[in-house]
Amino acid sequence: MSNQSSVEILTEWDIVAARQLGRNVAKELGFGTVDQARITTAISELARNIYLYAGQGRIEIQQLTENGLKGILIIAADQGPGIPDIRKVMEDGFSTSGGLGAGLPGVKRLMDEFRIETIPGEGTDIRATKWLR
Amino acid sequence: MVQKIENQYKEILNQYMQRQSEQNLYVGQNFSRQLISENISPEEVISVHKAAMQEIYGELPEFVWHSFDFLIEMMINYGLALQERQSLLQRQEELRVEMDLAANVQETLLKTPMPALAGLDIGLLSIPARKMNGDYIYFISDSEGHAGIAVADVIGKGLPAALCMSMVKFGMDSLNNSPADPKEVLGVINRVVEKSIDDSMFVSMFYGKYDSNDSTLTYGSAGHEPAILYRAKSNSFEELYAKGLLLGVSPAASYEQHTVQLEKDDLVIMMTDGVTEGRTDEGFIEREVIFELIDQKKDEPAQRIVQFVYDELERMQNAELRDDFTLVIYKKV
Ligand SMILES: Nc1ncnc2c1ncn2[C@@H]1O[C@H](COP(=O)(O)OP(=O)(O)OP(=O)(O)O)[C@@H](O)[C@H]1O
Ligand SMILES: [Mg+2]
Repeated sequence: MSNQSSVEILTEWDIVAARQLGRNVAKELGFGTVDQARITTAISELARNIYLYAGQGRIEIQQLTENGLKGILIIAADQGPGIPDIRKVMEDGFSTSGGLGAGLPGVKRLMDEFRIETIPGEGTDIRATKWLR
Repeated sequence: MVQKIENQYKEILNQYMQRQSEQNLYVGQNFSRQLISENISPEEVISVHKAAMQEIYGELPEFVWHSFDFLIEMMINYGLALQERQSLLQRQEELRVEMDLAANVQETLLKTPMPALAGLDIGLLSIPARKMNGDYIYFISDSEGHAGIAVADVIGKGLPAALCMSMVKFGMDSLNNSPADPKEVLGVINRVVEKSIDDSMFVSMFYGKYDSNDSTLTYGSAGHEPAILYRAKSNSFEELYAKGLLLGVSPAASYEQHTVQLEKDDLVIMMTDGVTEGRTDEGFIEREVIFELIDQKKDEPAQRIVQFVYDELERMQNAELRDDFTLVIYKKV
């Protein structure tokens, strides 16, 4: 079962809207303040990457229920240039900000599950889930 | 576990709220070490703090709780930085283990049997500045009393130098254990190095061929630190200089060779620049210093002289070895 809603990312302000959507859903699901902050940070990073590198795209937030577990799923999708060297990008210390932002490795740490599909020239689809404990 | 930490934290905080003593702060700091060792992130600590305040004080103005929520948000990236540090430390440890393995492989790969020659006592020591050695010694000998020694030094240190060195070994292996003349050996290795090694890498090499039938040493050099000859009869030192370009610079390079006659108790001292370019607080180590050290021990077996020179130079440099150190001494007996 899933409940969904999404935000189109076109301008920097849309990053804030995506954060807000994620926080509302996380709060509703019963995540505590710390996890809310982690989930919104992950959304922030993904939305900012779309804004910076793909120009435009979409952040979708879904509520999950699986085997009695509740969780939140973030989908970040765009039709931008894709990420050619995905293995390098997932290494610590690679991000252009030199470890100041969380970057994609940070998103992976903040969430419980992380999956990335990217095709150079076609776009990027990132899915990250956090389960309520 | 979280519950236990929350209780402990509340306890320690409560103590401090009642009495703002150094003692209570000290207890708090010790507790923070425990938190770090249990991988509790900064944002969690603030959340624990907030919960403890709620339990101790119950009602507080709204703005206090908001400020904690803000602080939690502020700490998320610090928490990530901490985790990143841990994963980088782990990666560093993996690299360390890998380097140790590589150093062992190198040691086995570059092993060279020391020849036993009538009338010649050989001492040698080769110590890398880091894990991998960029200096190399290779012996070749035949059954007719000829023995060749190559002392090589890659310009550079560490892993790249060590990888480069294996090419020199393969070049030497291709000579099939025949201790040819220095001109020829240096020419062959120069072509191997020139062909197979990166343009930015250069190797210097001294090659000496000893003939135990007439006690002569024929030597040549590819831009290497000159060897030193100690004459026992006149108690004097001279340099064994031979002209030649560094290996790998030009495929057409040609090399000189010269021959010296060794007399009883003469010493031939071959080395890499790690021996002479050591630095003390007063500057470079002069060659005279090395002459002096050798002079002190010249009556001892070759290995003892080598060890003594190393120990003394190490002492002068406060045990700080900046470059790979290789020293070989032939003593005519
Ligand atoms: N949606 C995307 N489309 C195309 N390229 C992307 C996308 N997301 C990330 N990238 C590429 O992957 C790299 C790494 O992204 P990551 O978010 O890990 O770090 P960063 O954005 O460089 O720095 P920061 O730490 O500030 O986030 C980016 O520099 C960019 O080249
Ligand atoms: Mg980024």
